[in-house]
Amino acid sequence: MLSRTAESLFWLSRYVERAENLARVLDVASRLSTLPSAYAGTSNEWEGAIATAVCEEDFYKAYGSATRENVVEFIVASDANPSSIRNCIEIARTNARSVRTALTSEMWEVINDAWLKMQRLKLRDIRGNELGRFLQLIKDISLQFDGAAYRTMLRTDGYYFQRVGMLLERADNTARLLDVKYHVLLPDEEHVGGGLDYFQWSSLLRSVSALTSFHWVYRETVKPWLVADFLILRPEQPRSLISLYGNMNNFLDKLAETYGRQGKSQRLVRHTYSDLQNMKMDSLFQGGLHEFVTDFLDSNNQLGAAIAEQYLA
Amino acid sequence: MQQQQQGSGLFDEMNGVDGVVRPVYESLAQWFSQTPAELLGNRRDEAEAFFRRIGITFAVYGDAQGTERLIPFDIVPRMLSGKEWGTLSHGLEQRVKALNTFIGDVYGQREIVRAGIVPEDLILQNAEFQPIMMQVKPAAGVYVHIAGIDIVRVDADNFYVLEDNARTPSGVSYMLENREAMLRLFPELFALMRIRPVDDYPDKLLTTMRSVAPRSASGEPTVVLLTPGQYNSAYYEHSFLADKMGIELVEGRDLFVRDSVVYMRTTEGPQRIDVIYRRLDDSFLDPLTFRPDSTLGVPGLMSAYKAGNVTITNAVGTGVADDKALYSYMPDIIRFYTGEEPILKNVPTHRCREPDALKYVLDNLKDLVVKEVNGSGGYGMLIGPHSTKAQCAEFAKKIEANPDGFIAQPTLSLSTVPCFVESGLAPRHVDLRPFVLSGADKVRIVPGGLTRVALKEGSLVVNSSQGGGTKDTWVTE
Repeated sequence: MLSRTAESLFWLSRYVERAENLARVLDVASRLSTLPSAYAGTSNEWEGAIATAVCEEDFYKAYGSATRENVVEFIVASDANPSSIRNCIEIARTNARSVRTALTSEMWEVINDAWLKMQRLKLRDIRGNELGRFLQLIKDISLQFDGAAYRTMLRTDGYYFQRVGMLLERADNTARLLDVKYHVLLPDEEHVGGGLDYFQWSSLLRSVSALTSFHWVYRETVKPWLVADFLILRPEQPRSLISLYGNMNNFLDKLAETYGRQGKSQRLVRHTYSDLQNMKMDSLFQGGLHEFVTDFLDSNNQLGAAIAEQYLA
Repeated sequence: MQQQQQGSGLFDEMNGVDGVVRPVYESLAQWFSQTPAELLGNRRDEAEAFFRRIGITFAVYGDAQGTERLIPFDIVPRMLSGKEWGTLSHGLEQRVKALNTFIGDVYGQREIVRAGIVPEDLILQNAEFQPIMMQVKPAAGVYVHIAGIDIVRVDADNFYVLEDNARTPSGVSYMLENREAMLRLFPELFALMRIRPVDDYPDKLLTTMRSVAPRSASGEPTVVLLTPGQYNSAYYEHSFLADKMGIELVEGRDLFVRDSVVYMRTTEGPQRIDVIYRRLDDSFLDPLTFRPDSTLGVPGLMSAYKAGNVTITNAVGTGVADDKALYSYMPDIIRFYTGEEPILKNVPTHRCREPDALKYVLDNLKDLVVKEVNGSGGYGMLIGPHSTKAQCAEFAKKIEANPDGFIAQPTLSLSTVPCFVESGLAPRHVDLRPFVLSGADKVRIVPGGLTRVALKEGSLVVNSSQGGGTKDTWVTE
């Protein structure tokens, strides 16, 4: 397969995944913002959204303050934001278009349809009453795309690159989410049961669509260290770092098998994966959640670079 | 469903000159007359939704807003009888064989010049003449592997070749997608009439390209389609064809040349390329040979070509035959190389480079169509009968300033075919672009081709960049 084709499949999936994550960030912020401040805390949830979406610097260059209007506009469609949802869809389609022959028609139609819908959307409506519907649309697009890929792609190298791109982006997003919210996850007996934190933690779970499944796994009320455990070390949870790395390990192995050669990316993914497998929540907290997440983001980036060097250049 | 304008005096392919439905259209005319307009309207909307969803678009250069547009599609098919097509396809084969021999001669001994049939300066001063081709002998002597020959019709018996597209003719994806759309929308019509299929075109194309692989290629030659990229107006077609043939769609940056062999960069390392179906103009192919500022091409490609390690389809330098001044010599060219009378007619052409012709053209601008010899896409032409006095005078100045750059032809009364418009079925002018494939073994042509329609009432311009549309072309048994 052409390196450029592999590269486009990889980034196409990353951008679709990124669009979905941004939509979830906005979804959670707009949910929190409807709560009385006694529940949601005094912090501005729109500031939190900007922090999670990793675009603080660009945002404050363009806007004075993190109001709902500003944040929604910036994350959805601002020209000042290269990673706006609109741009993610645009870049995803550009990549899709340049490798149309490597996509199934089902995948192409999801992306092209999404792009056509974005052309017709009016920013004014999204800033207003249409936000919820819009965010649902983006989440649907990502689900459809993922489903189309899963159900229609040949299980060959193209599929593996598509999956790895999605998983790598998702790992990055999950880790960033943990990083921004790590202070509310620190185990502090005094806070347990407090209304304020409950909504913070549950919103964190909600932002990765894991609130219901949390209850199924733990059969307990939402507790901060359990949230961290769920999103980092639980293999049953499909968005946990450990299951993302388990899958990436699998797909990168398949690539190595296809091409008959192991390389740096296989070594890196195996390394991080076995670290996660041997990790206990206690030791993770002892070493500091923040430090863990920082290290993780770093090695995730290195893995991305290794994949690019090994296959996409 | 009512029809308008019966017996207008012009030749309509369905209704003839006198309003009597021609035999080849009988079933179709009957079906349309029994079908409510509302149903047709629905089917048309479905067709549009279908094209938009699969993303079959073209880009319009210099259009900042709608950089991707749909080509309007008309749901009424254009019919040709098996007999009409038989004559056409023989004529096309004859013409394309002559074109190939001619281009080989142009870059070889130039016998046709020595025989005094084509003036040498018309070849040597042609902007598309590529001297480097005097050192290249393409596999099997084929230059124009894919030709798009534009044909118009004036009455029941007479077809004229309007121009030969010997560089990188486009539009074949519309031919294929139009048929796909019609099969979805009107299955009952196909059951009613036996229509010759066109969907084996990609197979024929791939077979053709494999047949001209260089001798140094392996038993299973690797063919790729080289595109300028997704911002090119015909990008949809490039990806469509690559997909249907199961070959890689590459850009210049995916290829590199080492020791006069072309490779593509793959996830498994370099892979050798044997045949390149390029959809890139000559001047962009290789920055080391042609335009040094081209980032679309492959540095060193021409060295591999000269070494005979890669076949480029169409060959470099075939544009000499696209020239509209050379076009006027085609009947003689066909006689010279085949020893036969041309089966397809040429439109009588006045070469403004000849003083008598120039005078005639300037005196009769009002009745003529004037074209730039190197123009394409319907740009830079004057349609005398549809122009104002001022426009004619303006154009006359351009011609006088550079007579060599223009030719003129009488305005033909082009045939019409009914189209489904707001008010019902109405006649619109059409042309036909069949695609002729020349391999090392033989010539292959799928029945029919792309019918282009001038959708504006009375208009003669069918180019998609200027408001033209397309319709499916049906050849009966």
